[in-house]
Amino acid sequence: MAMNYNAKDEVDGGPPCAPGGAAKTRRPDNTAFKQQRLPAWQPILTAGTVLPTFFIIGLIFIPIGIGIFVTSNNIREIEIDYTGTDPSSPCSKCLSPDVTPCVCTINFTLEQSFEGNVFMYYGLSNFYQNHRRYVKSRDDSQLNGDPSALLNPSKECEPYRSNEDKPIAPCGAIANSMFNDTLELFLIGNESYPTLIPLKKKGIAWWTDKNVKFRNPPGGEPLEELFKGTTKPVNWVKPVYRLDSESDNNGFINEDFIVWMRTAALPTFRKLYRLIERKNDLHPTLPAGRYYLNITYNYPVHSFDGRKRMILSTISWMGGKNPFLGIAYIAVGSISFLLGVVLLVINHKYRNSSNTADITI
Amino acid sequence: MSPTRSRFVQIHRSDDDNSTIGRNFKLFLLVLYLLNGEKFKHQEDLCSKKCTIPLGPESLLLRGARLKNTKEIFGVAVYTGMETKMALNYKSKSQKRSAVEKSMNTFLIIYLIILIAEAIISTILKYSWQAEEKWDEPWYNQKTEHQRNSSKILRFISDFLAFLVLYNFIIPISLYVTVEMQKFLGSFFIGWDLDLYHEESDQKAQVNTSDLNEELGQVEYVFTDKTGTLTENEMQFRECSINGIKYQESNGRLVSEGPTPDSSEGPFYRNSLSHLNNLSHLTTSSSFGTSLENEIELIKKHDLFFKAVSLCHTVQISNVQTDGIGDGPWQSSLAPSQLEYYASSPDEKALVEAAARIGIVFIGNSEDTMEVKTLGKLERYKLLHVLEFDSDRRRMSVIVQAPSGEKFLFAKGAESSVLPKCIGGEIETTRIHVDEFALKGLRTLCIAYRQLTSKEYEDIDRRLFEARTALQQREEKLADVFQFIEKDLVLLGATAVEDRLQDKVPETIEALRMAGIKVWVLTGDKHETAVSVSLSCGHFHRTMNILELTNQKSDSECAEQLRQLARRIEEDHVIQHGLVVDGTSLSLALREHEKLFMDVCRNCSAVLCCRMAPLQKAKVIRLIKISPEKPITLAVGDGANDVSMIQEAHVGIGIMGKEGRQAARNSDYAIARFKFLSKLLFVHGHFYYIRIATLVQYFFYKNVCFITPQFLYQFYCLFSQQTLYDSVYLTLYNICFTSLPILVYSLLEQHIDPHILQNKPTLYRDISKNRQLSIKTFLYWTILGFSHAFIFFFGSCFLMGKDISLLGNGQMFGNWTFGTLVFTVMVITVTVKMALETHFWTWINHFVTWGSIIFYFVFSFFYGGILWPFLGSQNMYFVFIQLLSSGSAWFAIILMVVTCLFLDIVKKVFDRQLHPTNTEKAQLIKTNSSVKCLDSMCCFSEGEATCASVGRMLERVIGRCSPTHVSRLWSASDPFYTNDRSILTLSTMESSTC
Repeated sequence: MAMNYNAKDEVDGGPPCAPGGAAKTRRPDNTAFKQQRLPAWQPILTAGTVLPTFFIIGLIFIPIGIGIFVTSNNIREIEIDYTGTDPSSPCSKCLSPDVTPCVCTINFTLEQSFEGNVFMYYGLSNFYQNHRRYVKSRDDSQLNGDPSALLNPSKECEPYRSNEDKPIAPCGAIANSMFNDTLELFLIGNESYPTLIPLKKKGIAWWTDKNVKFRNPPGGEPLEELFKGTTKPVNWVKPVYRLDSESDNNGFINEDFIVWMRTAALPTFRKLYRLIERKNDLHPTLPAGRYYLNITYNYPVHSFDGRKRMILSTISWMGGKNPFLGIAYIAVGSISFLLGVVLLVINHKYRNSSNTADITI
Repeated sequence: MSPTRSRFVQIHRSDDDNSTIGRNFKLFLLVLYLLNGEKFKHQEDLCSKKCTIPLGPESLLLRGARLKNTKEIFGVAVYTGMETKMALNYKSKSQKRSAVEKSMNTFLIIYLIILIAEAIISTILKYSWQAEEKWDEPWYNQKTEHQRNSSKILRFISDFLAFLVLYNFIIPISLYVTVEMQKFLGSFFIGWDLDLYHEESDQKAQVNTSDLNEELGQVEYVFTDKTGTLTENEMQFRECSINGIKYQESNGRLVSEGPTPDSSEGPFYRNSLSHLNNLSHLTTSSSFGTSLENEIELIKKHDLFFKAVSLCHTVQISNVQTDGIGDGPWQSSLAPSQLEYYASSPDEKALVEAAARIGIVFIGNSEDTMEVKTLGKLERYKLLHVLEFDSDRRRMSVIVQAPSGEKFLFAKGAESSVLPKCIGGEIETTRIHVDEFALKGLRTLCIAYRQLTSKEYEDIDRRLFEARTALQQREEKLADVFQFIEKDLVLLGATAVEDRLQDKVPETIEALRMAGIKVWVLTGDKHETAVSVSLSCGHFHRTMNILELTNQKSDSECAEQLRQLARRIEEDHVIQHGLVVDGTSLSLALREHEKLFMDVCRNCSAVLCCRMAPLQKAKVIRLIKISPEKPITLAVGDGANDVSMIQEAHVGIGIMGKEGRQAARNSDYAIARFKFLSKLLFVHGHFYYIRIATLVQYFFYKNVCFITPQFLYQFYCLFSQQTLYDSVYLTLYNICFTSLPILVYSLLEQHIDPHILQNKPTLYRDISKNRQLSIKTFLYWTILGFSHAFIFFFGSCFLMGKDISLLGNGQMFGNWTFGTLVFTVMVITVTVKMALETHFWTWINHFVTWGSIIFYFVFSFFYGGILWPFLGSQNMYFVFIQLLSSGSAWFAIILMVVTCLFLDIVKKVFDRQLHPTNTEKAQLIKTNSSVKCLDSMCCFSEGEATCASVGRMLERVIGRCSPTHVSRLWSASDPFYTNDRSILTLSTMESSTC
C-alpha cells in the first residue's frame, strides 16, 4: 500500500507530461465570450445623452409634485394635545397618579368640515417603542396562539415573562405597556345636547395581522378557558380575554392590541385608534363646528416627558397629510430642469471648441 | 564502440541553478557515476582498485529530474522530504501583492477607523442619554434583574462590542471573496486571447498568478532582457575573425572581408576548409601572392579554430543518429542536415552548426570521447576535462587529447574574459574585430587554446581532481584551479553570431514609451552589441543624447562621472537622454551613490544596462522599486538568468522562448512574443485595473450606504443597538442582492473599445499611479456613499413626517416597514449606481442587474408572505407587501433613487464636460459601426483572411457613406501601432477619410 502510494507520489512530483498529440493545437477558441467581444450596448454619459433625461425628469417630476402637494393640502387634519402639562389644560389634574379614574374633557373647533372617512389617531411623543430591549420583548409564537408558548413564553419577554409564577399572556414589555386611554368624541351641535360620534374599532389593524399573525390559543369558547394558567400583564387592569366584549375582537386578536404591538419606527408616533366612517355623500363625516373630546386618562407619560395627542385626519389615496413628498418632487424636478438648461449652455459652448480640442489628445 | 554501450546519461534538471543546490544541500537524489559499470571499470583502471570519484552538485539529481536517454541509473537517495529544492521553490515563491491590494488595505484601515469611531460615538452618546433614568429605564421598558446588576464596565464593553457588531458590515468582508473570484475568473481572459496566441510556436499566453492582473495596468518601468526577449534567440553564425582576419559566412563558405594583415590587395577569397586536406589545392591559391608557408600556417589556424569551435561546447546530439559514421567523404555535406544538435545555449548550437557547415562536423560524444569528422575523416578526441561555464568566469573550456596524443585546452568565452588571458595570437586585431562585430549588434565569443605538455597536464589533472574531491570550499578551490588552468592562452579568433530582432519590437517599445512607461534594457551582452541592438529596436533613438557610465574603476571616479551626467541632463532639458551603464560601473554606482544614480536614471527616457550578471538585474529592479516614488516595475525575460529579475519585479513576464521553460515557470505571466506586451498592458492591464478599482470603490460605497442608516437610526432609538433592517436582509445584502452586478461588471467591463486602447497607448497614463484608487476618488465614493445613505434615511424620515399614515386606509407602519423602505431604496440605488458605472452592457449585465432588483422583490414577497415556522419572531410578516401597497412609498422610492443618482450623474457629466480626461475623450471616438459588426463577424468566421476581404468589401460600401469626422481626426493625429487584428480598424478609418 505504502509502496503504491510512493510510486504515485513520484509520478505526481514530476513535471506534467507534454500534451499527447502534436496535432492538438493550443489555439484559444474564437468565441465572442472568450475574446471579450460579446455584443454590447455601450452607453456613455455625456451632456448630450443626459440633457433630455434632465428635461424629462423635470417635466415629469414637477407636475407629479404639484399633484401630490395639492392632494396633501386637501387633507384635513387636527391635532389635540391632551397631556395636561399646561396647568390651564383640563387634563392637568390627571397628571398626579392619585386620581385613579380621571376623566377630562377638551373642547375644540373644526373650522372646516371633514369629508369622507375620518381617522382618529392617538399620538405619543418621546416614547421609544423602537428601543431594542422593547422591540424584542414579545413572543410571536404566543401571539400566534401556540399553546406551548402560551404557558412558556420566550425568554425575550423578561422581565415581563411571568408574574407570581404564572406566565404572562401576552408577555413582554410591548404588551405590558399597551395604551389604555379611552377617547370619546362629541359634537356640540346646534342642539343643546352633544351627540356622540360613533367610532368604529375594527379595521384599524392590518388584515394579515388580525387574521394570520395574531391568533387566540386553539379551542372553543369561552376565551377565558383558553388563557387558563396565565396571568394578565402587570400593568393591565383587565386580562387579555376581557379586552372587548365582541369575541372576534377579543384576546390576542383585539385590534387595539394588535395596533399597539406594531412597534413604531420613531419616538414620536401615531397609532390608529378609531375609524369614523362617512355616513353618506351629502353630509360631511365631521361637519365644521365645536366638538369636545372625552378622555379617560390612564396612560402615564409624564415620567419621561412624553406627550399625548389625539389626531383627526382625513386621508387620500396616498395617506395622511405631509407636504414633504410634493415639495421634494417639485424641488428635484426644478433642479433637474435648471441643470438641464445649464448643461445645454455648456454643451453648446463646448461643441464649438470640441473640434480643436480633440486633436490635442 | 556501439551506440548502446556508449549511452550517455542526459538529464534534464528541473532547475539548473547548480550553485544554489551546492550551497543549500537540499539534496534529493545522489547519482553515483555509474553507467552499466562502464565508468567504474574505467576508474578502477586508472586508480587501481581504490578509487575516489569527485561527487559534486553535477552528479546530483534533483527531485523532478527525468532520465532522457538511459533506462536506469544507480543512485543513492540522500534526502527526501519537504526540503527538496522543488518543494522549497514551490513554497518560497514570494507572494506578490498588487498596488490595488495595498490601497485596498489602506481603505480597509480607514473604514476600520470609521467603524470604531462610530461605535465609540454611539457608546458615549448612549451613556450620556442613559444618565437620566427616564431614558435608561422608563416604566414601560424595565430591565431585568440581571441587566441591572451587571457591572458598569462590563456593560460598557458589551455595549461597545454590540455597536461594533451592528456596524461591522461597513467592513466589506465579501469584498475579498469577490476580489478573489474576479481575479481568478478574470485571468482566464488572458489565456483565451487570440491576439496573445502565437501561431508558429502554438503558444498561448499563460497566467501563473491571478493576483496581479490589475498590476498590468500600473506599470511604470519595464525591464527587459535582450536576448530571446527583444530578439528571436535564433542564433545565426555570421562572421568570425581568425588569426586577425575577418570572414563572413555565405552559403557554407567562408569569405574574407576587408584587407587582411598579410595581404593588402583587396578582398580575396579564402576557400572553405574543404581544401584543408588537399594541399594540392592550396598551391593554386598561392598565386594570390601569399607564400605557401603563410598559407599553410593560416590553414592550420583555421583548422584549429573550427576544431576548437566544434570541441569546446556541451552540445548533445539527438538520438536519431546516423549509423554510418565515417563512411564516405560525400557524407560530410549531408551530415549537418542529418544531425540534430541540442544545446543549452543557442550560441553554442549556432557555432557547432556553423563548424559543421564549414566542414568540421561534430558527430557525437560518448562519455569520454568526442568524435569530429573533418571532411569524412573521423577523428576521435578524448575528452579529458570540461571546465564548465559559469557566469563569473564568463568562459568555458575543455581539455582534449588529440588522436596524435597531444593535449589541448580550448577555451571559449566573452572577449573581456578571454583576451586578458591570452599571451599569443592576434590579440589587438581581434579585439578591434570583436568591437566591430559588436557594433553590428552581433554577439561575440573569443576562442583560444593552449597546448599542454603531458607534465603540465598531469599537474592540471591532479589539481583538478583535488579540487573536485575537496570536501570543503570546493567552489573556491575549483575557481582557483580554473584560474590556474586557463592562462597562457593563444588566441585563435572570435566568432560573431547574429540574433534577429523579434517582430514589432520597435513599435512595442515606442508604444510603451508613449504610455509613459520607462523601458530599461538589461543585458549580459557587451556594450557595443547592446547599444546597437538598442538602436535597432528603437530603444535608443538617433536623436537621443546618449550618456555613458562605463568602465568606472573607482568609487570617486564613478561619482564624478555621475555628477557630470546629472549636469548634462540639467543643461539640456529638451532633448531626450539615454543612459548606458555597464555591470561594473553599476555595482559601483549602486554601492555608494544610489541617490545620484537614481536621479540620473529618472531623467533618462531610456536606460541600457549591459554586461549585467543575473543578480545585478534583480538588484537594479529592487533599487527602482524602493526609490521614493515606489514605481511599479515589470520585468520581461526568457532565460534562467532572468528568473531572479522576474521574481523581483512587481510583475514578472516570461517569454516562452528557446531557452527552456525556466522563466515562463517562474513568471507571473508568460507570453510567446515581446510584442504581446502591448496588448497585455494596454488592453488587459487597463481593463483589469479599471475593473478592480471600480470593484473596490463600489464595495466600500455600497457598504457605507448599507450601514450609515443603521448608525443614524441609533440617534432615534436611544442608541439601543436596534437594527433598522431585518437580520435576513442584513445577511443577504452583500451575498445576494448586490453581489452579482458588480462581479459581472468586474469581469466584462470595457469602458473603451480595446482597439482604441491598444492604438492609443497614451490612454495608459490616465490610470497610472493608481489613479482610480487615489485618496481623492476614494473620498468621492465614500462621500457619495454617505450622502446616499443620508438621502435614504432622512428621505424616509421626512416621508413619515409626524408619523403620518402612508396607506390609503389610514393604517400605520412600524419600524420594520420603515427599515424595509430604506432597504428597498438602497438596493435599487446601489444597483442602478452600478448600472451607471457600466459602459459595456452585454446580456449578462442586463440579466444580473435587473435580475438582482427583481430577485430582491421576489425574495421579499416570499420571505414576508409566510409565517416561517422556525423563526422566533415574525417581524417581517407582510411588511414588504404592505409597503408596496402604499402609493406614497412608491413615489418616495422613485424620488429617492432619482435624487441619489442625480448627484452622481451631474458630477460625471460636468467633469466630462469641463475637464475631460483622455480616456473620456477616447470613449467618444466610436469605432465605426461597420467595424464593430465586422469584428463580431470575424469572431465567428474562421480565418482572418476571409474576414479581411469581407471587411474591405464592406468598407467600400459603408465607409464611403458614413465618414465620421471624429474618427478621421483620430487616425490623422495618432500614429498607429496595431496588431494584426486592428489593421481592420485602421483600413476602415482610412477609407472614411476619402
